[in-house]
Amino acid sequence: MTQHTIALNGEPYTVKPRASAADLVEQLGLGGRRIAVEINEEIVPRSRLAETRLASGDKVEIVHAIGGG
Amino acid sequence: MTTLHDAPLTVAGREFRSRLLVGTGKYQDFAEAGAAITQSAAEIVTFAVRRTNLGQNADASNLLDHISPKRYTLLPNTAGCYSAREAVRTCRLARELLDGHSLVKLEVLGDDETLYPNVSETLKAAQTLLDDGFDVMVYTSDDPIVARELEAMGCAAIMPLGSLIGSGHGIQNPHNVRLIVERSRVPVLIDAGIGTASDAAMAMELGCDGVLLNSAIAQANDPVRMARAMQQAVQAGRDAFLAGRMPRRQSADPSTPFAGRING
Repeated sequence: MTQHTIALNGEPYTVKPRASAADLVEQLGLGGRRIAVEINEEIVPRSRLAETRLASGDKVEIVHAIGGG
Repeated sequence: MTTLHDAPLTVAGREFRSRLLVGTGKYQDFAEAGAAITQSAAEIVTFAVRRTNLGQNADASNLLDHISPKRYTLLPNTAGCYSAREAVRTCRLARELLDGHSLVKLEVLGDDETLYPNVSETLKAAQTLLDDGFDVMVYTSDDPIVARELEAMGCAAIMPLGSLIGSGHGIQNPHNVRLIVERSRVPVLIDAGIGTASDAAMAMELGCDGVLLNSAIAQANDPVRMARAMQQAVQAGRDAFLAGRMPRRQSADPSTPFAGRING
């Protein structure tokens, strides 16, 4: 098996085996941006993105701030 | 000239000079939002948490690049959440987004037609968030019993609606708002329903500690000017409340003395 499929913001997305959450953020061009990451409904603190490996079937949410009242 | 003193608005141990809180939604662009917020003199500014737009424009600028967490106290909301679980998840994401910031605006909605608060889910979410160390400013109905329960749980501020979110119908039940104000020891802020400056002044004259609004500024023809109107209305209403209004009378009472009239 060469790739893992995760659900990223509700859509299927493929990542390399052993990819970390930090790799995913970089791959999306979101490195250094103000975002928050949740995997399977658990927050992954920024400090732990690099050590958190993605597994097939993980449900990943990446959020940011938008206008609201 | 005499200096007129007023205590700061204190929410969860933080002190603010401005009693107007504003949202960042429905503006044409970040520049317009920024100009209006500056003019409003608000110190607390709300925002929402949403999925990033993947693959489209990762370079697009972010709200927080324009509304700096260094300059403002940012207040993440849980708009669009219909259950306690979703609202709690959203607050935890917001806390991560803002590096551990604990102040949140909790709103759990009942349905998408009225956006009326779902009180039972709101109570559940508030308890979970308080147990998790959040400071909770809570959007709720204008029911004084619910307000008292939320205060007893430890919420940092009670925020009853004036009327439906985005409706601009002002304060529909001023008597309930006054009851809530009189019986609360934590700040009470009107959140939702303000349409124009007189509505904001009315909220403050009722004794509210502040006003949170968004559409009334963002959807005015000239948002920047309306932002100033709201700032002045909140200030005027606050001063009128502190000054104490004259009693209402059944009959006229001349302002000018009768004695000494030339035809007397």
